[in-house]
Amino acid sequence: MLNNNEPVFVAGTGIISAIGNKVAECLDALESGRAGMGPMHYLQSAHRQRLPVAEVKLSNDELAKLAGLPRIKSRTALLSLVAAKEALQQAGIENIKDLRTGFISATSVGGMDKTENFFNEFLSDNSKGKLRDVINHECGSVTELVADALGIKDYITTVSTACSSSANAIFLGARLIRNNIVDVVVAGGTDSLARFTLNGFNTLMIVDEQFCQPFDENRRGLNLGEGAGYVVLISDKVAATLKNKPGIILSGYCNANDAYHQTASSPDGIGSYLAMSGALKKAGLKSEDIDYINLHGTGTQNNDIAEGTAIKRLFDPHYPKMSSTKTFTGHTLGASGGIEAVFSVLALQHGMIFPNLRLQIPMVDLPFVPEREIIKNATVKHVLSNSFGFGGNCSSLIFSKV
Amino acid sequence: MDKLMSDLKTQIIAQLNLQDTKPEDIGDDQPLFVEGLGLDSIDALELIVLLQQQYKIKLSNAEDGPKVFKTVRTMAEYITAHQAQNA
Amino acid sequence: MYIRATGNISPQKTFGHQPLVDAAAYTGNRLACIEPDYKEFIDPKQIRRMSRIIRMGVAAAMECLQEAGTKAPDAIITGTAYGCLEDTNSFLSKMVEFNEELLTPTSFIQSTHNTIGAQIGLMLQCNNYNNAFVHRGFSFESALLDGMMLLKEKDASNVLIGAIDEITNTSHTILNRMGLYKQGPVSNLDIYKNKTKGTIAGEGATFFLLANEPSATDYAKLDGLHTFYRPEGNAEIKKQITSFLERHSVSMDEIDLVITGKNGDAGSDKIYEQLGETVFNAKNTVNYKHLSGEYPTAVAFAMWLAAVTIRSGDLPAAFNYTGAIDKRINRVLIYNHYQGIHHSLSLLSAC
Repeated sequence: MLNNNEPVFVAGTGIISAIGNKVAECLDALESGRAGMGPMHYLQSAHRQRLPVAEVKLSNDELAKLAGLPRIKSRTALLSLVAAKEALQQAGIENIKDLRTGFISATSVGGMDKTENFFNEFLSDNSKGKLRDVINHECGSVTELVADALGIKDYITTVSTACSSSANAIFLGARLIRNNIVDVVVAGGTDSLARFTLNGFNTLMIVDEQFCQPFDENRRGLNLGEGAGYVVLISDKVAATLKNKPGIILSGYCNANDAYHQTASSPDGIGSYLAMSGALKKAGLKSEDIDYINLHGTGTQNNDIAEGTAIKRLFDPHYPKMSSTKTFTGHTLGASGGIEAVFSVLALQHGMIFPNLRLQIPMVDLPFVPEREIIKNATVKHVLSNSFGFGGNCSSLIFSKV
Repeated sequence: MDKLMSDLKTQIIAQLNLQDTKPEDIGDDQPLFVEGLGLDSIDALELIVLLQQQYKIKLSNAEDGPKVFKTVRTMAEYITAHQAQNA
Repeated sequence: MYIRATGNISPQKTFGHQPLVDAAAYTGNRLACIEPDYKEFIDPKQIRRMSRIIRMGVAAAMECLQEAGTKAPDAIITGTAYGCLEDTNSFLSKMVEFNEELLTPTSFIQSTHNTIGAQIGLMLQCNNYNNAFVHRGFSFESALLDGMMLLKEKDASNVLIGAIDEITNTSHTILNRMGLYKQGPVSNLDIYKNKTKGTIAGEGATFFLLANEPSATDYAKLDGLHTFYRPEGNAEIKKQITSFLERHSVSMDEIDLVITGKNGDAGSDKIYEQLGETVFNAKNTVNYKHLSGEYPTAVAFAMWLAAVTIRSGDLPAAFNYTGAIDKRINRVLIYNHYQGIHHSLSLLSAC
């Protein structure tokens, strides 16, 4: 049975990123304006001196300890487990073992961080290289390492649609609840820094050698980041059993495709426009109802103008407050939708609008300017979070207070 | 200059995997992008790498691409000018 | 839900809606797809940038859409366990070889797991829902469930769903080192006979157009889908199967054909034999992995097989099925597992 209008509640959030190893630390950094990018420290790369990145400030050993895994697995899995664990802890669902529970994760890197080490030896001699370095290469394997550690098995899958991956994972989780397939879902995504992605983005010449400046007229590109972000979604029925009934729902969502180019967004941002307007429609909201947009805002010339143009088309003349938190965390690729979902929930819970750092000269073609300073005690009832990726995959989520 | 242009045509075909195109099919002054050969922004990035690999010339600003890669002749002129500088 | 159209590139002559009269024979542990001339389906200007798996996926999708007579599916959803291996391999190799210098973007762009679905959307100029699942032996079923939910939610009236996986020299070498495959000379047509360890590698691109409303030319109805992960033991597997049938108010008596995913690995095939003697009640059963090879999304081939069988009422001649099937095949149950970890059940019936 499908209950298309059933509210889906956010019972918990979990996060690890360049600005903090858990929700409270990230919130503190957002409030203090403390960004997470800097010189490359953990990742080994030929571009070490040139490209700043936004790394999680823990080595793999330290992450494994935090995650509680006995052996070092892919950093992508470690990040995922830390954040997913926090989300479940926060949700505090005591009878979770009696409920149908799902784990919907997302990643673009998967176990590539270990595979690229395997290849160093394998390429010169294909009988060389440690198989244990590639056994968890697949995106799905990383998800299962985490699902097994969490003890979740009723429904597990992995979404991989580049930078919109975890936004897609989150609303898939909500739909699984509405379709009565699961009662509880841990949904979001993870990605760790890897040479493969760093070099890939470098060949596209969209990486900034300085700290990125999304929505600035002179923006130069993105800074790559890493991390994981998950929400625990629950059905109305489960929400009613909790001591403190959650006050935030996933009210809207939409997945649309730009169908313009493999990596670039269309100049008028049609995919972004359709994703945002579709999410509003699903939520039964008007554009004026949105209090805050957590922008995709990567800092590339192309994304920001496409996203900005779509926002202009949809929201003019009532522009909500907006900001790109990638100015703090860098672009965390497959994890960005999940991390930014957590930030959206924080904005609702704490009545805050997070700032768009390092914005010096607003874009001349846009009639709005993202917030440069943090706003506290703001009325935040509905937050729109955008995630736009390669392949034209555009997804938008709306979180609302009930 | 003619030899350079002829070499460039062969290299472009190889780099961009233009399987059904022969060097003779590409005119010296034929537009490479949008019309003519119909190349796009990803091809421009590939050509930037080609310049570096084959001619040791670094085009650090992707925005110069459209000018430099307008035709095979403009590419050849750019290469000649920069090789003279480096010499 | 109705399977309105299909497109299938496989190690058999399945592309072009051919009737699978003879089973193509292979020696060794690696089956390769029989591929069409892609120029008929894809503009040469676009082909140049597509690696083999992308061409396979695009061509199979185009064949499916052509059969359905539509250029605008309401959603495009793909499932792939390994993604675009050749592109990944190419970028990774160059990165190691040139120590992160002088790398080109094309293979990186093509290596992202959603590339096939995105390419299809781009070619069709389709702005609708587009999703990609990369979850091992559940990749296809995840895509299918997503599509089925969209239809239920009435956010789509038809969805294009595909499963694509390839073998490359590199992946085959690695998986072989992991002990997945049979060693020595083996014929795909004999894999169920020799009771040895290991299976044979396969690959394929299989697409379906699933629709809410019936049409005059549908293949079959998709009545149900269920997946379960790391079951505790055979007892749980049996329970999952009986519960699945109960939920769909179907008894084993009403099933005309069971398609199971035996892959020739003696250990992993045991469950199918046990089920044959118990839950499946000695029903007419066929296997398909001698035709498709084993790969995480091979169950899409089984679904294709079920669809073509139900539409014609008979198993394709390539099966030389010697069991007694004395009536039209109207109802098919598919049970498959991948490495004992990912199990799926699906039920199809005649329209």
